[in-house]
Amino acid sequence: MIFKGKVFKFGDNIDTDAIIPARYLNDSSEENLKKHCMEDADESFSSKVSNGDFIVAGNNFGCGSSREHAPIAIKSCGVPIVIAKSFARIFYRNSFNIGLFILSADTDGIENGDVLEVNTDTGEIKNQIKNTVISAKPIPKFMSELVNAGGLIAYAKKKIKEGKK
Amino acid sequence: MAKPLTITEKIILNHTDLQEISSGDIVNARVDLALGNDITAPIAIKEFFAIGVDTVFDGKKIALVPDHFVPNKDILSAKQAKMMREFAKKFNIENYFECGEAGVEHALLPEKGIVLPGDLVIGADSHTCTYGALGAFATGVGSTDLAYAMAFGELWLKVPESIKVIFEGKPKKWVSGKDLILYLIGQIGVEGANYMALEFTGSTFKHLGMADRLTISNMAIEAGAKSGIFEPDEITENYVKSRAKRDYIFYKSDEGAEYVKVLNYNTETINPQVAFPHLPENSVDIKEASAKNIKIDQSVIGSCTNGRIEDLRIAADILKGKKIAKYTRLIVIPATPDIYRMAEKEGLIDIFMDAGGVVSTPTCGPCLGGYMGILADGERAISSTNRNFKGRMGDVTSEVYLANPAVCAASAILGKIAGPDEVVS
Ligand code: SF4
Repeated sequence: MIFKGKVFKFGDNIDTDAIIPARYLNDSSEENLKKHCMEDADESFSSKVSNGDFIVAGNNFGCGSSREHAPIAIKSCGVPIVIAKSFARIFYRNSFNIGLFILSADTDGIENGDVLEVNTDTGEIKNQIKNTVISAKPIPKFMSELVNAGGLIAYAKKKIKEGKK
Repeated sequence: MAKPLTITEKIILNHTDLQEISSGDIVNARVDLALGNDITAPIAIKEFFAIGVDTVFDGKKIALVPDHFVPNKDILSAKQAKMMREFAKKFNIENYFECGEAGVEHALLPEKGIVLPGDLVIGADSHTCTYGALGAFATGVGSTDLAYAMAFGELWLKVPESIKVIFEGKPKKWVSGKDLILYLIGQIGVEGANYMALEFTGSTFKHLGMADRLTISNMAIEAGAKSGIFEPDEITENYVKSRAKRDYIFYKSDEGAEYVKVLNYNTETINPQVAFPHLPENSVDIKEASAKNIKIDQSVIGSCTNGRIEDLRIAADILKGKKIAKYTRLIVIPATPDIYRMAEKEGLIDIFMDAGGVVSTPTCGPCLGGYMGILADGERAISSTNRNFKGRMGDVTSEVYLANPAVCAASAILGKIAGPDEVVS
């Protein structure tokens, strides 16, 4: 699939407390999570982001807690893909499980406000402002099956239907 | 001859139908225990019902522990706890704990013998890796994973590569498991073990008990690790034998098993550590931290990292007969009801209260900035917890320094970050 959108750029070690602070975890509704998404990293993020925009970051994005509220908050904002140099493990797994695309790539040349065209099948990331192309690391086959199925729950339902469970 | 395997590979292999296994494989593994808490279980419960199965795979192999916001801090968190309670009732979840029986999950489950050596445990909480201290494979996952595991009793896992971490020598006075793990994270960084299993070994651990091992495994995730495991030994046996209500297996790594790297440290050169804001990798020697004259507003002793009875005893030793500094708050949170009771019987609660501290019932509370000790703007805390991310304990401009309970106690007395040697002779 091809996605096009504007970049919100963040640095290294953006932790789950920055993505969705624990003070809001007494309510797991999408509206609540969306409203406070990225609040402790950029207070105005949720008011500026629009459907289809990307979050781009440095190393170790999503480190910290296992809270699935973090990728859900990002997905609820309409962000289809997070691109970072590397991801913390639980965030990585949660994202695929809920159907949010995660791409690992060298994001150094990407800046806030750049416009990207991202092909999730080939991993090609075109920067339309800087006229550059970078490629993301390929996604393991099982992981893309998961995302393409719509996440782990949809995948489980499919398995039940096929009589495998 | 079969390929030599690490303890981690062996445990995972024995929870699959496969004949062999290699790190990097994505496998379906059977789980012995699936865990959720009052923050992660509500999402898991919603997802569970979305799958469309009639019941959970096994009500004995699920643990639901309300600990983050209980006794409930507000209406919304009460609703989340209610959702868990109703789910537990409906599906007869054996390991569901109501308030007075509940404690911080990762302190409670080992204490009650619910997780045992050789188990494969997944938990919708990042510090599920704590149980590696018992020689179990235990890893944190998300709520959707928990839903899937509650439905089917299995979960997809990537078999991790392992890093062997060897600590040799006897720890100095006041040096605990907390200091070793802070030191290690300082050396390898918060991403130093990303996706990998840390395997701890070496002569140092003959001198440290289960509480220290639990603290070390607990913070494996702060180096990005998937798990942090110890090979079980007599210390493990002594800890589990009176608690276990079912069989358990001691696994060991094979001679010749493959490691991505082997790290060697001399424990005798390591001093108590303090991790500066806002990452656990910012650890420095206590002497260096103390010399900076860093005033604190609050000291927290508790959590799944350092809220066990051994931690409270150390803190009480230092606080006995002393007062904490004026305008400084000391918050002590025994991690489980049993620990609370022991602390009471041993007179530790009196010591904390006489010193001017407050003692809370078991909860995560301030550790994740939930309640029971939230920091205002610009305030600074020293804490025996495991994370010091920006805003972790309150306002985004507040700061958290991580240390062992002895350092937290000494700092409360002096109102500044200080080592225990500065207050006791
Ligand atoms: S004590 Fe802190 S780290 Fe441990 S489970 Fe609770 S919130 Fe998480």
